[in-house]
Amino acid sequence: MSARNSEDSRRSQILAALEDQDTTVVIDDPLENSMILNMGPQHPATHGVLRLLIKLDGETVMAAVPELGYLHRGYEKIAESSTYHEFIPHTDRLDYLSPLSNNVAYVLAVEKLAGIEAPRRAQYIRVLVCEMARVASHLVAIGSMAMDVGALTVLLWTFREREKLLDIYDVLCGARFTTSYTRIGGLQQDWTPQCTAMLRQFLSEFDADVKEVEKLLQNNRIFIDRCENVGHLSREDAIAWGVTGPLLRAAGVPRDLRRDVPYLVYPEFDFKVITFTESDALARFYVRLAEMYESTGILRQALDALPEGPYNAFETKKVLPSKERTYTRMEELIHDFMLINLGIDPPIGEVYQAIESSKGELGFYLVSDGTGHPWRMKIRSPSTCNLSTLPIMLKGGMISDIVAVIGSMDPVMGEADK
Amino acid sequence: MNNRILEKLHALVPESIVASKEFRGELTITLTVDVIVRVCQFLKTDPELAFDMLIDCTAVDMYRPEARFEVVYHLYSLKNTRYLRLKVLVEEDQAVVPTLTGVWPAANWHERETFDMFGIRFAGHPDLRRLYMPEEFEYHPLRKDFPLMGIPDSLPLPRR
Repeated sequence: MSARNSEDSRRSQILAALEDQDTTVVIDDPLENSMILNMGPQHPATHGVLRLLIKLDGETVMAAVPELGYLHRGYEKIAESSTYHEFIPHTDRLDYLSPLSNNVAYVLAVEKLAGIEAPRRAQYIRVLVCEMARVASHLVAIGSMAMDVGALTVLLWTFREREKLLDIYDVLCGARFTTSYTRIGGLQQDWTPQCTAMLRQFLSEFDADVKEVEKLLQNNRIFIDRCENVGHLSREDAIAWGVTGPLLRAAGVPRDLRRDVPYLVYPEFDFKVITFTESDALARFYVRLAEMYESTGILRQALDALPEGPYNAFETKKVLPSKERTYTRMEELIHDFMLINLGIDPPIGEVYQAIESSKGELGFYLVSDGTGHPWRMKIRSPSTCNLSTLPIMLKGGMISDIVAVIGSMDPVMGEADK
Repeated sequence: MNNRILEKLHALVPESIVASKEFRGELTITLTVDVIVRVCQFLKTDPELAFDMLIDCTAVDMYRPEARFEVVYHLYSLKNTRYLRLKVLVEEDQAVVPTLTGVWPAANWHERETFDMFGIRFAGHPDLRRLYMPEEFEYHPLRKDFPLMGIPDSLPLPRR
């Protein structure tokens, strides 16, 4: 009797203990929280070392914070310790997809400061070289944007065209990639008939090849769905945020420095400034595509109008003399020595010279104190200003739109981080 | 056109224009720190001048005892297709300049870069932190007293 009672009481105690236990289970609902995702500096689709911190609500981007500085090499500090000539190879590494336009931009700024003007032949060759760099850079932009949204073939086809341009650079400058072609007062070496032949060959094949690329993407439902109405940037925002280049022209603002603040011999060429009004990723793609055709038009006009003459200005205290004269004459040897070691001595002052590079307005602000190396050099890189609008463009979109937006903006971290 | 800009600015802030210079066709106007926001607002909204884009904002370390830093702004007018350079002289021990993010949002990242490289603070900036260097970096690299080769152990580098 007592055993049975104790068993009952023990069972009731156990039952009471079980019922008293708090057995509610708390499940953290992932759909109610937002997640911070790190699209880290090492990523196949961020066009370089760009770090993006994205706050996500499910698949929708609520906020994005870009973080730069992973390719910061301190070029502005280096410029303060090197002569004006010594800095030219550093400019190749800024926008490394179109190195020749960086060379031209820097040398134009130094020439403006020193008051030299390059001869006509050199200016025409610089135009040729700038437009070739623009075509090469847009080929990469189109190829990588299409690759990022899935069309892998386009990248290979545009790089095949780019290889022809790199071969021309090889013959012209001696290097495919880091060209360092321009010099203060002119160029490193002359444009040869072989380069003309190669460029005419390239131009004759270019239109047909790019038409094939266009045919792949023009009526492609997947490409249009991924790029249309994605990454919208209003016209007022674009102007207020200092955006330049294809992004600004896709927002409806016809600003092109080749037309508005002309440099080199651009007033003598006939070309259109391409604008669209939709200001989404697809519009920027079409702006770049049309700009390539305009650039090839300028290339044809420049090749036909290329004048004869010297390719270096004759300014003894500022322009490097040619090698034959340096090795055989005393005066030129002394000038060469002084220019290489101590640098040109521009007057005390400051200039800002910008060109329309393929990404936007690339400007050099030089402050000179009269000695052979600049006191301060600021590189106004278009990619930094374009990247500052990323939070606006990504807000409200999906994760998969991030890749299309960055591809349409085409930042190059070499110039964004300097 | 440069004369019109100077005329209008003289009418607006006659006692704050420290200097103006024209070199290689570019106009540079040096102002005092307190009027910079008002002048920029005027330059942006004036229908004739219409400087609606801020192209660049940077600083120069002149390394002199008075007015060590010069903060330089490059403005551009879409309507007149011309540039203008504005300069503000800043002392070393009181390196504070009012922010221009209210006038042009483009100033946001440019002022962050100037703070990162020179240590000039911008009063009223919504998010003043370093742009290129890591957050824990203690120095300001583009000052003239920062050595070219860097300061040892100032950056966390991976050990072998």
